[in-house]
Amino acid sequence: MSALPPYIQDWFDARNWDLHPHQQAMLDRADAPATLLVAPTGGGKTLAGFLPTLVELGAEPDAGLHTLYISPLKALANDIRRNLTTPITEMGLNIRVEDRTGDTSQTTRKRQRADPPHILLTTPESLALLLSYPDAPKIFAGLQRVVVDEIHALAESKRGDQLMLCLSRLSTLAPDLRRVGLSATVEDPAALATFLARHPDPCAVLHADPGPAPDIDMLHTDAPPPWSGGGGTYAIPAILEQVKAHQTTLIFHNTRAQAEIFFHALWLANEDALPIAIHHGSLSREQRDRVEAAMVAGQLRAVVCTGSLDLGIDWGNVDLVVQVGAPKNVKRLVQRIGRANHRYNAPSKARLVPANRFEVVECVAALEAVRDGDLDGDTRGDGPLDVLCQHIMIMAASAPFSAGDLFDEVRRAGPYHRLSRADFDDCLTFVATGGYALRAYDKYQRLQMRGDLWQLRDPRTASQIRMNIGTIVDSEMMKVRLKHRRGGAPLGEVEEAFAATLSTGDTFLIGGQIVRYEGLREMTLEVTPNHSKTPKIAVFSGTKFATSTQLSDRVMGMLHRGDWSALPAHTADWLNLQKQVSRLPAPDRLLIETFPHDGRAHTCVYGFAGRNAQQTLGLLLTQQMELAGLNPLGFVSTDYATLIWGLDLPPDPGALLSMDQMRDGFQDWLNGNAVMKRTFRGCAVIAGLIERNTPGRRKSGRQATFSSDILYDTLHKYDPGHLLMRITRDQAHEGLVDFGRIEQMLTRVAGRIDHVALNRVSPLAAPLFLEAGKIPIKGAAQETMLARAAEQAMAAAGLAP
Amino acid sequence: MNNHDFPFGDHSLSARASGALWWSARGVLVVSDLHLGKSDRMARRGGTFLPPYETQDTLSRLEAEIEATGARTVICLGDSFDDLGAEQNLHPDMRDWILRLMAGREWIWVEGNHDPGPTDLGGTHRAEVALDGLTFRHIATDDGMAELSGHYHPKARIAGIARPCFLYDARRVILPAFGTYTGGLRAGSDVLSGLMAPDARAVLIGARTYVVPYGAC
Repeated sequence: MSALPPYIQDWFDARNWDLHPHQQAMLDRADAPATLLVAPTGGGKTLAGFLPTLVELGAEPDAGLHTLYISPLKALANDIRRNLTTPITEMGLNIRVEDRTGDTSQTTRKRQRADPPHILLTTPESLALLLSYPDAPKIFAGLQRVVVDEIHALAESKRGDQLMLCLSRLSTLAPDLRRVGLSATVEDPAALATFLARHPDPCAVLHADPGPAPDIDMLHTDAPPPWSGGGGTYAIPAILEQVKAHQTTLIFHNTRAQAEIFFHALWLANEDALPIAIHHGSLSREQRDRVEAAMVAGQLRAVVCTGSLDLGIDWGNVDLVVQVGAPKNVKRLVQRIGRANHRYNAPSKARLVPANRFEVVECVAALEAVRDGDLDGDTRGDGPLDVLCQHIMIMAASAPFSAGDLFDEVRRAGPYHRLSRADFDDCLTFVATGGYALRAYDKYQRLQMRGDLWQLRDPRTASQIRMNIGTIVDSEMMKVRLKHRRGGAPLGEVEEAFAATLSTGDTFLIGGQIVRYEGLREMTLEVTPNHSKTPKIAVFSGTKFATSTQLSDRVMGMLHRGDWSALPAHTADWLNLQKQVSRLPAPDRLLIETFPHDGRAHTCVYGFAGRNAQQTLGLLLTQQMELAGLNPLGFVSTDYATLIWGLDLPPDPGALLSMDQMRDGFQDWLNGNAVMKRTFRGCAVIAGLIERNTPGRRKSGRQATFSSDILYDTLHKYDPGHLLMRITRDQAHEGLVDFGRIEQMLTRVAGRIDHVALNRVSPLAAPLFLEAGKIPIKGAAQETMLARAAEQAMAAAGLAP
Repeated sequence: MNNHDFPFGDHSLSARASGALWWSARGVLVVSDLHLGKSDRMARRGGTFLPPYETQDTLSRLEAEIEATGARTVICLGDSFDDLGAEQNLHPDMRDWILRLMAGREWIWVEGNHDPGPTDLGGTHRAEVALDGLTFRHIATDDGMAELSGHYHPKARIAGIARPCFLYDARRVILPAFGTYTGGLRAGSDVLSGLMAPDARAVLIGARTYVVPYGAC
């Protein structure tokens, strides 16, 4: 067992602290090439990651970068710097700790490259940027350790893939580099270890004591949840009681819009004026900073929040987590519960608030899953090629490279260890000349081979590459400000698509207040405060979680069992009502309901096939309906059902589900749909085909920029085999298009379709009307709507069309 | 309705769903802002490598319009090329295609801000053109009368759906961009509302045309 040096031991002793066993284990394994530590929030995980560094550096370390710490959040890097500086100062160590994020000043960044600190805290994007500079080998030559915090979150997205490519480069620059990953509880730690390790190095997994089982239950309310609705406002009296009974409560919502609506309603009911704040990703940085500071200062009794608080600062005094809306994913629920960690070794406490009756079933299923320790998760495929294209550009910006060496290096990254040379070469060609069948750019090569090495033809390209680093592709957002002569306070951001639907006088919710849209000024929405009580609903992007397949299986099982004793009476009643009015979904059968609602014909298909497959089913069915002249307008999918609306009802919905018809032209249809175009845009931005919008450029030339849909259509028509089309198809298949599961479902059902024609919305279908993520169909119905709207506008103006 | 016919001064014009304007009495087809060679220009200036197919896509749609109308005269209302270099760098096949379209008919290149100089493709090159009392120029002028222009790439949004559009009132017509790689400027933007009269109309294009009052978009 490695003993602590006296100056650290004394520090522990002075506080009467003992090392946790996992902290000791991390010290013992300090020389291992890679280690993954799985520990609950508040288990001293960060200290465990840094102890070996403090021991190795000693009291009077030599200059030079020793440890790199990477976190998914800027705020976390800031926070860790504060938390690390205190013990370092108290131990009297001469160790320099600095952070480097998008917020770090130009001067500091420059100085850090010339004279790096011993410990540098940064984000994946800032690391990629550092590696794009020619002096990267000098900066990182002596690097000993890298600590990746919250690696479970990074591994779920392309940010993690990019980070692993960067670690691979770091291992080339610093062959002795050792890697540490810090993770919350995950379902498959071995897969995460493979992801982290330098391939094929081993990576041991250490488990910290998970602590006592959480105290988790449904929140009991006097009023039953409504038949439909996503807000959970019915539970506000009960939630306020809980807030009063606890020190600090985090109230999680699944979407930003729901958080806004809930927060607004909560304030109206908050008679004691308890200090309660709101925090989500669409609010301005200033607003979020204020909430975080108030939280750290212990001034808040509750924060209404979204996934923006899933990660980040450990607020010691949170003693209750309330989850409003079904948790969608058991793993994320467990991680959220861990936020209520006011004392290590005390059980964290959480209460679930289903937003409507369907979610009651889902919440009960999730509770069972948590008690069974049955975590869910989707395995991600191999590292995506758009990220690799960007990585090749970053490497080229740094220095000339040999294709063979870079290929070998890339294959040492976990997510890319199966990469083929052919795919690598395609990415290289794409970066060099665009990779088009029509070789139009051979004369403009971005990369050129000189000798055996690839390099930038024009070194000035490097700065352009640096401006486009990163794998987070936001939808187009527009800032919202209070109207004021000299530019009022920033309130946050809304999606451009939402902004486009606003007319002067419309009201919406942002940051918990109702505002009135006044107009557009230099791509900023100007608003004034408004005191009306019913806003036009804010449509923020808000991360949409898909319920895991495992959880939807549990739900289907519960419905099917017919034993609803675990459910509250109101929910059992609801299911009974569904049974009376329509039918209940059954395994090996497929329930389809049709009904009119709000002037539109609706068709609801309960496939219980998981959101991806239901989404695909929606796309396929609407295509069939389009062909049949039924004028579908759009659809929305959940893990359980797909709801389609349009102008006409299908007389025999079962006939639309012919497998042969669906398979016919599947690929052709796939190429034209909105999901593919959305996926394409993300890939094109990451791969560098589309440059990120910088504020100045957007302002100057709106007519010079055009939609990425045009690029997609052009490629589809003239160069369908292009690398980016291939990447788009792969990712759409993986993420959204699960055709195989549709086939399985239809085979299982084998024509046993229960079609129920109703004259109104069924109990089971009602919640679907509130789902986010509606997909419009750009077909004949859209043209019909345009024609109607145009006629109405002409008539309103007293003009003949 | 594939096309929208409207009176303009003493003439009858037709706004086509393709974005081209057809003056049947004179056999004149007008298209604006083709931006041929845009991808070449971007790549040449160190920008991204866009799919280099917009020239052939634009030309094939233009060819279809010429065939459909049997135009005797074609007026390209400026910004036909994304810059003069884009014209010089045209792929030989594309150059031949343009020459083929030009053969046997009058062809007028109006200067735009992107392509101010003459090309060596032949045809007539003009700063502006006057025909039967109508003036064809690239950018609308404040005091323009009976004026047809392009430049702004107007687009409008109705029922939440955005489309490129023609704008017209008693004094002027502004054409949408015909080129494949073109975006749009909101019809309600300050510069366009400064040009158009309040009683103007917008003609949205796409699969077919839709006419709306200018104030509605």
